[in-house]
Amino acid sequence: MADNNPFPGENNTGHIWDDNIRELANPPPRWWMIAFWASIAWFFGYGVLYPMYPIGQKPTEGVMGWTQIKEYQEGVDEVVAVRAELENQLKDMSAKDILANPGLADYTVASVKVLFGDNCAPCHGGGGQGGPGFPVLADDDWLFGGTVETIEQTITMGRKGIMTAHGKILSGAEADKLVDAIVAGDPMSDPNFLQKGCVACHGMDGKGMQMLGSANLTDGIYRFVPGEGESIKDSVKQTILHGVNDVTDPQTREAVMPSFGDRLSKDEIKKLAVYVYKFGGGQ
Amino acid sequence: MSAEQKSPQQSAVDELYDEAEHWNLNTGEETIHAKRMGGLWRNIKWLSASVWILFFIAPYLRWGDRQAILFDIPNRQFHILNTTILPQDFWMLSLLLLFFALLLAVSTALAGRIYCGYFCFQTVWTDVFTWLDEKLEGTAPKRRKLDKAKLDFAKFRIKFTKHLIWLLISVLTGISFVAWFYDAYDLWSDIFSLQAGSTAYGTIALFTAGTYVLAGYMREQACFWLCPYARIQGVMVDNTTLVPTYDFKRGEPRGRIVKGQSEDERTTGDCVDCKQCIAVCPTGVDIRHGQQEGCITCGLCIDACDLVMEKLDRPKGLIRYESLDVLEGGENRPLLKRPRVWVYGLIMSAALAGIGYGLSTLDALELKVIHARQPLFVLLSNGSIQNKYTLKVLNKMTKDVPVTITATGPEGLILVDADGITAKHGKVTPRTVFVRVPKSNLKGENTPIIFQVEGEESGEVFVGTRKSVFIGPKY
Repeated sequence: MADNNPFPGENNTGHIWDDNIRELANPPPRWWMIAFWASIAWFFGYGVLYPMYPIGQKPTEGVMGWTQIKEYQEGVDEVVAVRAELENQLKDMSAKDILANPGLADYTVASVKVLFGDNCAPCHGGGGQGGPGFPVLADDDWLFGGTVETIEQTITMGRKGIMTAHGKILSGAEADKLVDAIVAGDPMSDPNFLQKGCVACHGMDGKGMQMLGSANLTDGIYRFVPGEGESIKDSVKQTILHGVNDVTDPQTREAVMPSFGDRLSKDEIKKLAVYVYKFGGGQ
Repeated sequence: MSAEQKSPQQSAVDELYDEAEHWNLNTGEETIHAKRMGGLWRNIKWLSASVWILFFIAPYLRWGDRQAILFDIPNRQFHILNTTILPQDFWMLSLLLLFFALLLAVSTALAGRIYCGYFCFQTVWTDVFTWLDEKLEGTAPKRRKLDKAKLDFAKFRIKFTKHLIWLLISVLTGISFVAWFYDAYDLWSDIFSLQAGSTAYGTIALFTAGTYVLAGYMREQACFWLCPYARIQGVMVDNTTLVPTYDFKRGEPRGRIVKGQSEDERTTGDCVDCKQCIAVCPTGVDIRHGQQEGCITCGLCIDACDLVMEKLDRPKGLIRYESLDVLEGGENRPLLKRPRVWVYGLIMSAALAGIGYGLSTLDALELKVIHARQPLFVLLSNGSIQNKYTLKVLNKMTKDVPVTITATGPEGLILVDADGITAKHGKVTPRTVFVRVPKSNLKGENTPIIFQVEGEESGEVFVGTRKSVFIGPKY
């Protein structure tokens, strides 16, 4: 082809189509070549500075000693350093003192949110709204007490309420009557409340005793919410007949709050207590 | 080979190549040394360019104890004279951008790329840089000669001085840019005490390099190959648009002046092919080929041609701002009969009205209310329903203000934890509050509730309100 090149002297490659379209052998522009060699230089420079070449079991380390985990740790350290001043203040304060200081209380709520999400939210919900079988933390109805100290204690030691199953001492009809009285908000109106010994734990007024963790039966707030297709009455009856954590009854309700004393530090528990208190039901 | 002997194929190719000569693309192989001369459009160009002086001096103006115009990004506050704009008001910025985008569009539709020709920073800075070229290196032919000359001491001295001044302007441009975002007086002292911070130094370096390269070397190449506006604006031009136009009916056939020939005997058109229009063009185009991508419609060729016509005693305006319609013997449609003018005008007015509304209703205190979602409501042991809200009080004033929060809504409503809030100046102060309503007072699942924040500053009472919802159980 090159022998009869119709466009001599213009540095074409001899590839010609359609009579006049031809490929020229012009060099790439200089800026392009500079960028090309610079990228190659960059590649090697990067390999020297950063981990890169997969030689042996691990890649080369790079003279800067950079690793992703180190960079992450630096980021964490930065946050810790920013928080250090406030954290030091919190160290010597009780949960009650923290609540008395709005600025520190806000900081506590903001900084412990993740911890709540990791440890508490699976059962109690992200906003303390509770869940099927798990108590609401955002209301003011507390089984064991709603002061911040009690909350702290609950988190540290855990809780396990007990109610014996009453299926053996109550007939179905009797149970229904008792349920009606409870749901109406006046348990005392049914004589069985006294006779069958409910008052021993739930008190003469039916308002429960926080020392025992017994529920207030007059406020319309239920520790065990009805399940799918169940009415409130069904669910109350179920609790009365089968009890709570009663090992003798296989249908008993399970209600165990595990202890966090050995999983979380004292400071973390203190902050969590403040967080829970601040849901709106703290007393 | 004579013309008759050429194969038909070959002559077609020749034709193609002849045509291609007109499309001599300016890809920057040659530096354009445009001739600089005076004239009407030249003066207008200086005048419009001088608006950019504000860019250099405005940061030094003060308003009270602060900079009159300061875009304070670290503190997220824009100060413009007596107005402070916080990120919450940024929707106005989008209207402002809309306004200017359409201003560009409407001016292009009416008069071509006048933004490019008279106001664009690329044009203005290039203009100043080439003005320096002329001052230091002399006229265009001298500059060309100097570029080709061997590097001797004289050339080195001239070039060194020029690049030094270019660099000075570039640095000043960088510093002035940063001064809009950084207290201008502090900036100068911080720069020299090495305390300005990496963002400031980085931005100055970037703008210095940008100015030096773009105005010193890239010049018209930026308009040809870098600038998207140039291409966008090109499609906005239509037959009614006023652009610098060569009146080919008058000018053609062009021809040199024949000595001793009287005007009556002249067979050529008015164009004497003096190429002055090309010589003065900052982008190196030949306007006689018609409107083209390189033309920034700056009108310098009009000045050049008018001067020649004046000398030759021929009527001025062989090159003039003219629309294609008029040039072809038609008439210009009146401004008010062009739909573009109306559509653009309407949108621009809407944008301006929006900004006006925004600025006149900038509340000093603003309240945002976020209803807690988990749980939506809680039943309390006394039979009340409790909702949780996060209130965000934005205080745009310069002092902290104690505020009172009130809520109006369902009967028997109790607002808890809303006391003792001090709204910090220029910031959002959050507060979690609870609202309790007896269950019996709720008629439906959702009940409207209105929160109000009220604060007093220097005897004036500021109020902000926000609607939200109180949520109760279904049963």
